[in-house]
Amino acid sequence: MDHLDALEAQSIYILREAFARLKKLALLWSLGKDSNVMIWLARKAFFGRVPFPAMHVDTGKKFPEMYAFRDHYGKEWGLDLRVEPCPPIDAVDPTLPPAARSAARKTEGLKLALAKHGFDGLIAGIRRDEEATRAKERVFSPRGTEGGWDVRDQPPEFWDQFNASPPPGAHLRIHPILHWTEADIWAYTQRENIPIIPLYLSKNGKRYRSLGDADITFPVVSDASNIEEILAELEATKVPERAGRALDHETEDAFERLRVAGYL
Amino acid sequence: MNMILPSTLSATPNGTTRPQVRIVIVGHVDHGKSTLVGRLLHETGSLPDGKLEMLKAVSARRGMPFEWSFLLDALQTERDQGITIDTTQIRFRTNSRDIVLIDAPGHAEFLRNMITGASQADGAVLIIDALEGVRDQTRRHGYLLHLLGIKQVAVVVNKMDRVDFSPARFKEISDEISAHLTGLGVTPAAVIPISARDGDGVAARTKRIGWYKGPTVVEALDALEPARPLEELALRLPVQAIYKFDDRRIVAGRIESGSLASGDEIVIMPAGKIARIRTVESWPVTPVAGKQGAGRSVGITLDRELFVERGDIIAHAGTSPRETRRLRARIFWLHDRPLAKGDQILVRLGTREGRATVVAIEKAVDPGALASTENAAIAKNHVGEIDISFAQAIAADPYADNPRTGRLVIEVSGRIAGGGLVLSVDAGQRAVPVDIVPVESALRPDERSARYRHNGAVVWLTGLPGSGKSTLARALERRLFSSGGSPILLDGDTLRAGLNGDLGFSPEDRRENIRRLAEVASHLARNGHIAIVAAVSPSREDRAAARRIGNGAFREVYVATPAEICEQRDPKGHYAKARAGALPSFTGIASDYQPPQTAELSIDTALLSVADATEAIERMLAGSGVLFDELVDLAANI
Repeated sequence: MDHLDALEAQSIYILREAFARLKKLALLWSLGKDSNVMIWLARKAFFGRVPFPAMHVDTGKKFPEMYAFRDHYGKEWGLDLRVEPCPPIDAVDPTLPPAARSAARKTEGLKLALAKHGFDGLIAGIRRDEEATRAKERVFSPRGTEGGWDVRDQPPEFWDQFNASPPPGAHLRIHPILHWTEADIWAYTQRENIPIIPLYLSKNGKRYRSLGDADITFPVVSDASNIEEILAELEATKVPERAGRALDHETEDAFERLRVAGYL
Repeated sequence: MNMILPSTLSATPNGTTRPQVRIVIVGHVDHGKSTLVGRLLHETGSLPDGKLEMLKAVSARRGMPFEWSFLLDALQTERDQGITIDTTQIRFRTNSRDIVLIDAPGHAEFLRNMITGASQADGAVLIIDALEGVRDQTRRHGYLLHLLGIKQVAVVVNKMDRVDFSPARFKEISDEISAHLTGLGVTPAAVIPISARDGDGVAARTKRIGWYKGPTVVEALDALEPARPLEELALRLPVQAIYKFDDRRIVAGRIESGSLASGDEIVIMPAGKIARIRTVESWPVTPVAGKQGAGRSVGITLDRELFVERGDIIAHAGTSPRETRRLRARIFWLHDRPLAKGDQILVRLGTREGRATVVAIEKAVDPGALASTENAAIAKNHVGEIDISFAQAIAADPYADNPRTGRLVIEVSGRIAGGGLVLSVDAGQRAVPVDIVPVESALRPDERSARYRHNGAVVWLTGLPGSGKSTLARALERRLFSSGGSPILLDGDTLRAGLNGDLGFSPEDRRENIRRLAEVASHLARNGHIAIVAAVSPSREDRAAARRIGNGAFREVYVATPAEICEQRDPKGHYAKARAGALPSFTGIASDYQPPQTAELSIDTALLSVADATEAIERMLAGSGVLFDELVDLAANI
């Protein structure tokens, strides 16, 4: 069993645990490379079908290529797709820096969607290597009734035994690919032939390493025009993955504040 | 030394693979874990561009000297308090392998995070401050590594600069921690003097530690060796769920150990139902051919409709786990409320969730002080050994047999509160269950004594097979009954046909067999009957236990007929069979009989007739206060 097999088996185990132990699950589909791998893994775990809704919390500000991808593969993969809107920018904490404030709309949209559907589990495609606060996540991560994350009081989690009993009104975030790296995602995408949004591939010497809202996400300099080249680039680069995500870099703790409040 | 297994192989773009090893760094708070991690990343060229500059800027903004630990203590609260709150994971490379570093908090409050981190590790680095030396938390972490089953530990003695790189101080700490770890069954792979802040001993042996000849930290991490793969153990597939999305009924789960393939005959535990694997299902291509090994998440279909449910364990027939309601475990406890005898708990063992009762706390230890505390409860951050009784039968393995299915966690209010290793899986009861209130008989003992003209007793006939135990027991039964008594025959073989039908002939099962016989017999004795037990009961120790259970009512009769005569008689044909090799654990041929040293009576049936022998037993019973000669005395008591 090679490295990718091991990652895959672990993710499938987590997805099946979530499905077995929670009543009302949804999978968050952000259309990016990570959540596409996650949907692929869910189809593997459940033998071709995803037995819970795929939810896109839509800021309305994604790239056109992302919307085209969603509409096409949502159908082709047979997903129970739920598109949930986000509230306007005025509804968001004005003390946050501009890009973070923009991103926080998604947190609010998520809260509304949770309240509307009553999900007790949200499956999300975050990875430990993306960002320092995500590194501290649990696989089954409890969220308060307001969606908040209490970093200081996370339950113990070991030996693949997960805490799966959210208190009433609260929910769990389930992170089936927490243990993957950016390079793993690309190597697996290549091996499994998973479709990707073309924005990840170099055009005019630039490409996106991470996709978010169009107005606060920027491409990095790159000549990588296929996955093989992306993998070679990742091997050599020391530029962090989220370098092109403005919201991470406005203040030292902007991203942490977002995450504690319930952001992915 | 126990070897550890690189968890997986990392794929690299050019198609080569490198072993990946997960290492946890543990130790007392402020002994320099995060600093060591920061330095390791720097020395191995693993820091992203701009990270060093960012850290310098953060330090400058706070008016603090440059601090490597800021790299990992990413959370605002951590920086403010200068402690690592949660575990985090960072990757870097040595010459031969990819290392995933798990930085675990040292603060006692955050022990649960340390365990969360360390439970995923293949090996550990235990860090000690050269000035402060071995502290409670150092010992506690050492103990927990042992409890988590991590055997490969490298010790680093940090901040050597603060003790002027003194070899004497280093030796002092090295000796103390080596003794502590060795006492726990963990042999340190290396003890390394370092200064994480300045880099001595991390990737290079500097002049300042010129006297040190061992490996650097990077070299020690590079030297981890492979263990016995899980695939070589017996098959264990804990069932996660049964899916019926189409016409297939798929049993889904992850293979924890061993391997399986279509066509295999399997047994579903704890029910013990047998089936054959029809297909191994997958997606997008199905079914898949060939062997599926440990670590894979699979789906199988069976050749017959059986009731299978989440929590069952699928194994191969012949190497299945034991079915039980009772086990002993060594656990660590993380919950604010201590775990006490009598507590109702929820235990997760693989995918099985079982309600259980803590029957006994056999040991409770503060691993920091390594002092035994009282055995009523296990306090937060302490460890102990407990005896658990399940409401329903489960399947389990001792940890020594299978590290994956031999461990459990305990949940309190929906949250994991502790966990540990299964020490043994028991067939029988070993302590008094807590929720049981014995109901006394409606009759007083003297009421029965008056009618039967005897007190209750256990007459335990022990001796080689064929020595005449059953014959004597039956004669005694007839004789006592004829004179108005209430004798009851408990023959070892007869009880094995029913009550003890689940037991074999291993020393453990023999012990349990005797225990049950003694329990039944002494219950009868307490109720005024004379229980006549005829059982080989070869072990002196087991008979001593039966005497304790009998609690004063026990009378041992050694039927001391010589072995040759027993074999000549061979009433059940056992000796003949044993001589032919068909009864491997038959007492008298293959295993030892231990004659009693303290029997109330010894009888050789080669010398005495049945009638004489029976009379001898009666005399013994009269002489030791079981049988009454004088009816009159009794009548006076009524």
